[in-house]
Amino acid sequence: MTNISKSKYKDYKADRLKYPEMENGKPIIDLESHKFTKIWQGPQHPGVTGNMSLEVIINGDEVVNSKTHVGYLHRGFEKLMERRKYIQCFPIVCRMCVPEPDTNEYCVSAAMEDLAGIVIPEKAEWLRTLNLEMSRLGSFLMWIGGQASSLGMGAIGQWTIGMRDFWLDLFEEMTGGRVYHMYMIPGGVRKDLPAGFKEKAKDLIIKTRNLLFDIEKSFFNNAIVKSRLIGLGIISPEMVDEYGIVGPNARASGREYDVRINNPYVKYAELNIKMITSTIGDAYARAELRYQEIHQSLDLISQILDKIPDNGEIQAKLPNVLHWKIPAGQTYVKAESTRGEHGFYMVSDGSEYPRRVFLRGASYTHAISVLEKLIVNVSISDIAALMVSLQTCPPEIER
Amino acid sequence: MKLKDILSPFSVWKKAAQKPWTIIDPINDRPGAENYRGFHRNDFEKCIGCGSCEEICQNAAIDMVPVEGQETKEGNSGLRPRIDYGRCCWCALCVDVCPTGSLTMSNEYTWIADEPEEYRFVPGAAKTKWHDEEKGYKRSQDIQLIDYDRVDMFELSPQERDKSFIEIVKGYNKEQAMKEAERCLECGICIATCPAHMDIPGYIAAIRDDDIENAFRILYETNPLPEICGRICTHKCETVCALHNNGESIAIRWLKRYIADQIPPEKYKEVLGTEHLEDPILNKKVAIIGAGPAGISAAYYLAIMGYKVKIYEALPDSGGMARYGIPEYRLPYDQIDMDYDYIKSLGVEIQFNTKVGEDISLEQLHSDYDAVFTGTGLHLGRSTRISGSDNERVYFATDLLREVSLGNEIDVAENIVVIGGGNVAMDITRTLTRLQNQKFGKVQVLTTSLESEDIMPADREEVVEAREEKAIIDPGWGPKKIEIENGKIKGLHVVKCTSVFDEEGRFNPKFDENQKKFFEADMIVESIGQGMDLSYLSEEIKSGLKFGSRGRIQVNENFQSDLKWLFIGGDIIEGPDVIHGIANGHIAAKAIDTFLKK
Ligand code: SF4
Ligand code: SF4
Repeated sequence: MTNISKSKYKDYKADRLKYPEMENGKPIIDLESHKFTKIWQGPQHPGVTGNMSLEVIINGDEVVNSKTHVGYLHRGFEKLMERRKYIQCFPIVCRMCVPEPDTNEYCVSAAMEDLAGIVIPEKAEWLRTLNLEMSRLGSFLMWIGGQASSLGMGAIGQWTIGMRDFWLDLFEEMTGGRVYHMYMIPGGVRKDLPAGFKEKAKDLIIKTRNLLFDIEKSFFNNAIVKSRLIGLGIISPEMVDEYGIVGPNARASGREYDVRINNPYVKYAELNIKMITSTIGDAYARAELRYQEIHQSLDLISQILDKIPDNGEIQAKLPNVLHWKIPAGQTYVKAESTRGEHGFYMVSDGSEYPRRVFLRGASYTHAISVLEKLIVNVSISDIAALMVSLQTCPPEIER
Repeated sequence: MKLKDILSPFSVWKKAAQKPWTIIDPINDRPGAENYRGFHRNDFEKCIGCGSCEEICQNAAIDMVPVEGQETKEGNSGLRPRIDYGRCCWCALCVDVCPTGSLTMSNEYTWIADEPEEYRFVPGAAKTKWHDEEKGYKRSQDIQLIDYDRVDMFELSPQERDKSFIEIVKGYNKEQAMKEAERCLECGICIATCPAHMDIPGYIAAIRDDDIENAFRILYETNPLPEICGRICTHKCETVCALHNNGESIAIRWLKRYIADQIPPEKYKEVLGTEHLEDPILNKKVAIIGAGPAGISAAYYLAIMGYKVKIYEALPDSGGMARYGIPEYRLPYDQIDMDYDYIKSLGVEIQFNTKVGEDISLEQLHSDYDAVFTGTGLHLGRSTRISGSDNERVYFATDLLREVSLGNEIDVAENIVVIGGGNVAMDITRTLTRLQNQKFGKVQVLTTSLESEDIMPADREEVVEAREEKAIIDPGWGPKKIEIENGKIKGLHVVKCTSVFDEEGRFNPKFDENQKKFFEADMIVESIGQGMDLSYLSEEIKSGLKFGSRGRIQVNENFQSDLKWLFIGGDIIEGPDVIHGIANGHIAAKAIDTFLKK
């Protein structure tokens, strides 16, 4: 792991005499003074992770203040679900996160099952585990491409997006869809694995590992990457609690928390899985940690492939979904997405429609409060890298 | 800064020598996966236009539309789903929910059209290039979003029932009824088929909401005999229920019975809001001939409109064929009374043992009343007219069933053959097995029909249950001759019936004379159809009426005859069954109202 003492930001002290002056701990930014410039990064900007924008105040090259703006992607999914029958929710929730839709599918189905007291068959649990882990992998592959591109290394993005597409091919065979899988429904999953799937997946695991080694050589063992990422966006262990930071962002700052391990769901308890953490907390540490988690995902996928039973039911019997009423109650169901703990709070009032569905995603915190804090004093050329290193997902913030 | 970190990134150059991953021509080189959710297909032959796909689509992408070449017919609305690809999200929920399995998706995913309107398309209407493609997403039998299994009803076992006339089917309890009601798709295909067009999804929904009083009110909107219909209706609705395409249809009849069974008779008036129905508010009177389902239905709707109604009935009790043609183990008499007592409590008068044409003439009724409705039913048996059928030990099923209902003893033989394959044949078969069991402690009844097993008109469960009660059912034989020796029946000669209907679907049985059988018997019952007794119509009245094929009186769509004051309905016009009678009576009542208000 990297050593913080080598960071270029180590001895950095902002020259608060020149800019900006502080009053009651708050910077006074007077654009009229011509000491500052306001620029917008996003909503259309290749360095932004989706449709959000940063209103950045800079002095010279350095950011002195920033505000995150969202609202470009609000589709009101939570509200829409209040007007949908329970079975009609799964085609909606997957759209809450494009690179990793399955966590949403899982959570919303599991919440309904919890409220309705449905126990899903063993095989369906395994298929869900496979689907979720493949989905984490797909999301990480997209992220690593983004992280490299944010530093100007477009080639790596092409490799990983290409590799992700091979995984999407597998998703297509498994679920019938490439990006939005709509695979998990209340009670289980919709299809069994097609013939020859396991072999194809195992081949692809090897192919992916080979690519990862190329990435290690070109991205992680790279003087430019190191000089730009080491020391960037340091999250201190105190911040983790203060801001409610989760997932790789928290684990890279020493927090041992992974829902798959601390509150195992589906079949994670039956898999051999180890917590990966780091204590450094900068963008490079986060990247390395995610890199290791990609390997971990590949390892888990091959474990799962070996353990999926060949026979068995894939769906618990549901009542007629057209009139399905779920007894009144409330529940919170969570899972580990690549961005961290991803939870759904669902309230049922005993009718055919959910009374309230609420998503607690990691991105809201990471892209708004955490980013606004970390961005200060960062050079504008590093903003994109910082954002990607937090792996934020605007469609999830806004849903 | 390590030297390695400077040199290592140059390893990417090796990729320059590798084959790219890009597929040059994805459309041809990479078809969608086996299971891909691409453009929709719909097999019009299978689709019944139930609209479940429209109902489930959370994007409101589907509209049910009329399509050229698709007719509305029984069990098929004639509508077909049109999908708006501007809205569809390819979730395939519509495919999973489609009860017929007609709707599927292909693995095709590219489609270029000039006109945006083309993307609102009716799959199956025009031949698309993916229509015959094998691959694509289909409903998996491993998952069920609809419950295709009927909730079983408690029934007496054959041993518990084969000696007595107590009711076999025990009725649903609340939990069972609600579970069964939950299965309904609310497509309403049944409404069109039900002769009375009952709001079936409406009362099933009320069961789901546990609002039995509302359900009961819905029943009475179109059917004033729920206890009767809830037991013995021919349930045409169930034969078209969308669920039967992939499982068991909803037990509509039993759900109706469940509703009726929940309301105690003393609450009928309160629930139906007829407590304040005073004496007739209109000063017009209607006479009704026959207290069967058609007559009582007309009487009920006329009574609640405010007319004075009086029914003339030849037999000593009410119900018509429901009481005198259907055995008590299927329809207990006290249940008939429950329906009738309520209607009588609304001021409808029934005069029993009064045969119109003998005790009072139709002309008399015409002069005493403002309108007359007649529903006299099919009480006469029909004979095979084969040699020997005039023997005194050859009976008509209708006569025997009536005698049993009247409480008269019938002279059951030890070895009986029944000719006929309909529900009446099963009724008499099962009545005779019970009587034989009571008299001899054993059963020896053989029932034979022209129709082979697969096309026997009787309800399937009737055939199964008759066999459980040890009757022998041997279908597919045509009666040839009754063997008589010294005036006593020896048995029935039959020949194999190879087909019953000709190509045009007309009754035209064909036989294979080489295949013969002889059924021994000392008593034979004919149950091959019923006839009507129209002797109460005087020549003068007859001359004012028009008669159609097979002697049926012709009436207009309101069951009004050419004699404007005379309305006719029930089995003598349509059916034969209870629900047609009820429907006729209802329509006629409305027409009588219009007629009298002119
Ligand atoms: S659900 Fe199936 S059968 Fe019903 S209308 Fe749609 S396509 Fe036709
Ligand atoms: S695939 Fe989904 S969105 Fe498309 S028509 Fe069917 S139910 Fe509607």
